[in-house]
Amino acid sequence: MANDTIKLELEVPGDDFTRAGEASSTVKGMLKKLGFSPNVVRKVAIAMYEGEINMVIHGGGGQITVEISPESGVSMSLVDHGPGIPNIELAMQEGWSTAPDSVRNLGFGAGMGLPNMKKYSDEMEILSEVGVGTTVNMKVHLA
Amino acid sequence: MLTVEQAAKQLGLTVLNGGDGLGREIQTVYSCDLLSFVMGRAPADSAWVTVMGNVNAMAVALLADVACVVLAENAALDADALLRAEQNDIVVLQSGQPVFDTALAIHSLLS
Ligand SMILES: Nc1ncnc2c1ncn2[C@@H]1O[C@H](COP(=O)(O)OP(=O)(O)OP(=O)(O)O)[C@@H](O)[C@H]1O
Ligand SMILES: [Mg+2]
Repeated sequence: MANDTIKLELEVPGDDFTRAGEASSTVKGMLKKLGFSPNVVRKVAIAMYEGEINMVIHGGGGQITVEISPESGVSMSLVDHGPGIPNIELAMQEGWSTAPDSVRNLGFGAGMGLPNMKKYSDEMEILSEVGVGTTVNMKVHLA
Repeated sequence: MLTVEQAAKQLGLTVLNGGDGLGREIQTVYSCDLLSFVMGRAPADSAWVTVMGNVNAMAVALLADVACVVLAENAALDADALLRAEQNDIVVLQSGQPVFDTALAIHSLLS
């Protein structure tokens, strides 16, 4: 039933590494409380965190909309108005990263975030325009 | 079966943040410092051995659902990270040994 769907809007502050991960943690906690299986909770948590941290590091922050449906799963839409991704195919490759040294020192920059999002979500779509921003839509199914 | 608390006691690890998670069972060991490798590859319920004691590492520990974080080489847990660990019940242990030795010691307890 459509009215069972829970919709969340979460704000992701840009360049604030101390708060990065809060949106994903909130959603993880909610899914656990709602009784989603550990596997679904883990898939959403990993895929969403990688997207969230990319918004912080590369996209200057933005908004995440999450739709939780007990029947069909979890849909996430991550929207930023940062520099955009010039070559999405390249960005999707394991090991490709433009992360600056300052964030590499924190443990980022392996170039594994987007591949992790692809691996842990069941559907993923990237819409990006240079100079305009990036939208990543992901879905995790229940089964 | 090995709980986080048993591992800490048997190996003489310092408990930097404890709580309910001390009773959690460790299934396996994983080690890496690059966060998105950990995110993608660390098994749930593993003991994660690393030298990364920052707030982002705590976020990864929580979201990847590891059993505990073990900071090798006496690596520090910074103030923001401690706060995040406390808020989210993430158990953080500390070892004076190198990463490999620490991971091997936990592995030995498991087998
Ligand atoms: N929201 C975004 N806006 C602009 N560029 C992005 C965005 N997300 C990813 N990118 C680009 O894609 C590259 C690869 O992203 P990916 O998440 O795989 O690796 P990373 O963030 O560089 O490192 P890691 O995620 O392993 O810490 C980034 O280095 C960046 O150039
Ligand atoms: Mg990334």
